[in-house]
Amino acid sequence: MMTHIGILIETTADGIKPALNGVITAARGPEHKLYGLVFDGKSAAYKDELQAFGIHKIVDIQSDEGLLNWNPDCWARAMVDALDYFEIDTLFGLTSFQTKDVFPRIAALLDAPLLLDCIGVDLRTLTAEKSQFSGKTIATFKLGGTHYLFGIRPNVIDPQPSPVTAEVLSFKTKISEESLTVEAVKEDAGDAIDLAEAPIIIAGGRAMQNAGNFRILYECAQVLGAAVGASRVAVDAGWVPHSMQVGQTGTTVSPNLYIACGISGSVQHFAGMKTAQVIVAINTDPQAAMMQNCDYGIVGDLFDVIPILTRRLKSALNDK
Amino acid sequence: MNVYVCIKHVPDTAAKITIIDNNRIDEKVTFIINPYDENAIEAASGLKRHITDAEIIAVTVGKASAEATLRSALAMGADRGILIRCERNPDSLVTARAIKAAIERDGKPDIIFAGNESIDSEGFQTPFRLGVAFNFPVASNVVSFKLEDRRVTVESKMNAGEMAVIRMPLPCIVGAGKALNQPRYPTLPDIMKARKKPIQTIDLDRLNLPTAAGSIQIDKLRPAVDQRHAKIIEGPPEAAVTELIRLLKEETRVI
Ligand SMILES: Cc1cc2nc3c(=O)[nH]c(=O)nc-3n(C[C@H](O)[C@H](O)[C@H](O)COP(=O)(O)OP(=O)(O)OC[C@H]3O[C@@H](n4cnc5c(N)ncnc54)[C@H](O)[C@@H]3O)c2cc1C
Ligand SMILES: Nc1ncnc2c1ncn2[C@@H]1O[C@H](COP(=O)(O)O)[C@@H](O)[C@H]1O
Repeated sequence: MMTHIGILIETTADGIKPALNGVITAARGPEHKLYGLVFDGKSAAYKDELQAFGIHKIVDIQSDEGLLNWNPDCWARAMVDALDYFEIDTLFGLTSFQTKDVFPRIAALLDAPLLLDCIGVDLRTLTAEKSQFSGKTIATFKLGGTHYLFGIRPNVIDPQPSPVTAEVLSFKTKISEESLTVEAVKEDAGDAIDLAEAPIIIAGGRAMQNAGNFRILYECAQVLGAAVGASRVAVDAGWVPHSMQVGQTGTTVSPNLYIACGISGSVQHFAGMKTAQVIVAINTDPQAAMMQNCDYGIVGDLFDVIPILTRRLKSALNDK
Repeated sequence: MNVYVCIKHVPDTAAKITIIDNNRIDEKVTFIINPYDENAIEAASGLKRHITDAEIIAVTVGKASAEATLRSALAMGADRGILIRCERNPDSLVTARAIKAAIERDGKPDIIFAGNESIDSEGFQTPFRLGVAFNFPVASNVVSFKLEDRRVTVESKMNAGEMAVIRMPLPCIVGAGKALNQPRYPTLPDIMKARKKPIQTIDLDRLNLPTAAGSIQIDKLRPAVDQRHAKIIEGPPEAAVTELIRLLKEETRVI
């Protein structure tokens, strides 16, 4: 029997979020028909990219009045409506701010199980894996019910193309009365790339000493196409906003490359970045936990090392 | 005004987790109040400074040992506590039903505070399930909060570099993010006073909860292996950086 699977297609001004391709890869299966659910009305523009990754139907979700502006409650109700119409019983998404705001609402409305930040999903057995106790254990969960929702941790599943021919559909939902209103969307301090989705992160800790010194990390990040993160000490000191905090009480990240600069490597910090593919530590203290549990360590003063790294990366990445 | 705060009893962030029977942990470790729930209590206490008739009731679903965490909440400003006692930790579908049933028995909520996430199960969902159970609006991962004329205005992150300003009427549910406030730690007199504040205990089984359509169960638990073989790159900074870039490009191909 065909299983209909919905995937929330998250987009930004630059198009589909790059980390989404891993999510689509995780949702595929021989008996799966994949529905990409799009809210920004640009389905047609995404057709080439989505069909290359195996999406069969691309659905523009709108109301009679047009595009649905960001309202997590209204988006959740629209999704429930679309799931019902297309007989979709399984939903996938990227574990992002938007998904964390919309998927739990859908799960609650459907009284369905939801697992966010999954590192693996097996739909045949209805099990999924995710970390628990701040990354100290990996749990295999068994889900029961009629609908299932999964948020995939960004960058943990290798995106693999699998071309099909996609069809673009439109779906009109009825707007029910809003329980909450979104008054405005403001600009917020911090990076333009979501920390959790960034393929490369360079992070600074107490050793940064002040807000201004973070400039050297931003310069390096720009060359790498990386996002900048921080330890809690740097956040509590007010040098950078909380949205940049990596760790147990900050963001959990799983980039391909994590460069920890002047971060000692407390359990709480490791909790947020231990699944990075490659960890680089730059620290004056060779005994620091981060130096003991990284892939590559450089013993040295970050104020010496980072500018050299930035300069060398510039030439190394330019003559690729 | 009835202000409820959902708090969870969780293993300390630094605790060493030992797995037993393949699917649960040895609970002989230090437990703490879930860090996000401290922000929830702080926000509730903030309300009490302006609204004199506000009563803050801390609610938890947990084992008998969770009483210790309720006492912490009482020391941080809650007036009384409700312990919904159970032998095994229920999933969030059941937890939300239990909290709803217990609150409903207790009084009429005007506002319910919770945390954005519990650091043990990392569910990110209980406040939303509570919202549907009560049919109250919910905003979570909230980083600013204001109450005026029975309307709540909050800010919550929606994307990188973007923050949504959300407005909802009371009664409603607010899930606290870490950046919402700075929890104040209780003083010794606060802790002494908390010992005398009342805690009511209800057995989960006595609540006759409606059954949930879905369930989330832990099947297996295994330790995360994360010991890496650190390779220290020797030499002066210039040489070390050159070698690092070579390794990242050629050995691990991450840049
Ligand atoms: C409930 C709870 C939750 C927490 N949540 C988080 C969390 O989410 N994220 C988090 O990060 N922390 C968290 N913490 C805090 C955590 O315990 C540590 O205090 C924190 O991570 C330490 O930050 P740090 O590594 O920047 O500072 P430190 O531990 O002080 O380390 C600074 C490092 O910089 C090195 N150094 C100094 N100068 C230089 C230089 N010039 N060049 C290179 N290296 C240098 C030092 O050798 C040292 O290793 C939490 C704590 C608790 C109790
Ligand atoms: N067992 C529980 N008892 C009371 N509140 C809970 C419980 N589990 C979760 N919560 C509340 O729901 C929030 C989010 O939890 P979770 O959905 O588990 O990530 C927590 O910060 C608590 O405020």
